[in-house]
Amino acid sequence: MGLIKFIKSLEPLWWSLFGLGGAIAAFLFPAHILIQGVLIPAGILPKDMLQYENFAGLLSSPIVRIYFLALIVFPLYHAAHRIRMTLEDLRIGWLNAILPLLCYGGATAISISAVVVILRLP
Amino acid sequence: MADQIKLTIWRYNPDNGPDNRPDKGDEYRPQTFTIPYQKDWSILDALNHIKAEVDGSLSYRWSCRMAICGSCGMMVNGTPRLTCSTYLNEFHPNEITLEPLANFPIIKDLVVDLTDFMDKLRSVKPWIIRENKKDDEDTSSEYLQTPAQMESYYQQSLCINCTLCYAACPAYGLHSDFLGPAAIALTYRYNNDSRDQGREDRRKVVAAENGVWKCPVVGDCTEVCPKHVDPSAAIQRTKVNSAVSWFFSFLKGGKGE
Repeated sequence: MGLIKFIKSLEPLWWSLFGLGGAIAAFLFPAHILIQGVLIPAGILPKDMLQYENFAGLLSSPIVRIYFLALIVFPLYHAAHRIRMTLEDLRIGWLNAILPLLCYGGATAISISAVVVILRLP
Repeated sequence: MADQIKLTIWRYNPDNGPDNRPDKGDEYRPQTFTIPYQKDWSILDALNHIKAEVDGSLSYRWSCRMAICGSCGMMVNGTPRLTCSTYLNEFHPNEITLEPLANFPIIKDLVVDLTDFMDKLRSVKPWIIRENKKDDEDTSSEYLQTPAQMESYYQQSLCINCTLCYAACPAYGLHSDFLGPAAIALTYRYNNDSRDQGREDRRKVVAAENGVWKCPVVGDCTEVCPKHVDPSAAIQRTKVNSAVSWFFSFLKGGKGE
């Protein structure tokens, strides 16, 4: 259980990622929902903005790639921390023992796959 | 016939059972008292009336009657309140249910065992620590503070250790190892005092798994605090400070404590 103990000792790191992810989710997600989910489908912004060629062109810039990576990665850790805190209070012994590994490990695994996907974009 | 009010008080007698918070069995039972209603009585006045006139075996703590000693906290209709500053007229004509503070073992009736809280309070060293006394430091005069320096800890210094926040805290209810709201608020109070040098002394206890990191920011401690200490905000600010010093200790090549 040395690994779990080590993960638990990184609590300030998880909490910082949780805070950062929460801020990103609170401030940027609504903007994305508004633009991609409402304004473009409603025709207020031009519909071709969401077309594959245009979006892929946008993603050729490294700054946009880093932006989307941050948009995905930090809220993942936010969700992981929140799920861990919620489930811990259910006091299921065997689950609590592996919960930090499950949550932060899961967030890390999805983050790595996001990095791989974004790096492999044309 | 004068107006009356009903008080249901949960009684517990240690002679009839183990010295711990019991399940609602025979040892832990409600008893209803119907007493004259006086609109200017606090609940504590009503308890004193019951103790003097109706049932002398009732046990509860109280002292100052003016919300400064922090002794008379109880669960009033399920919410932790100071009974000296909670008045009958808030509830009349409905009845009032009194229980001992939640999350603590009961000693007798409305008296709870605060040993755990006292141990935790002591563990954060809630006093001013001066460590590096310089040789030429003038200890005969006062340590002066600007109004802004005092303002930075004044709110947390109002804590009266009434433990209402512990009774309200679901995290403390689930994990009794949690340091808890008042102890962390007082850590914040001394850490932010310009005269204090004990931040490092307190960090091991506070910036730990059972310290600030156990707090899930429910905020009930702040809701029930009779002195508006806002323990929840103190805990969140302490989390930020702890995280910053943790990252700095990493940068300096430490293990990150």
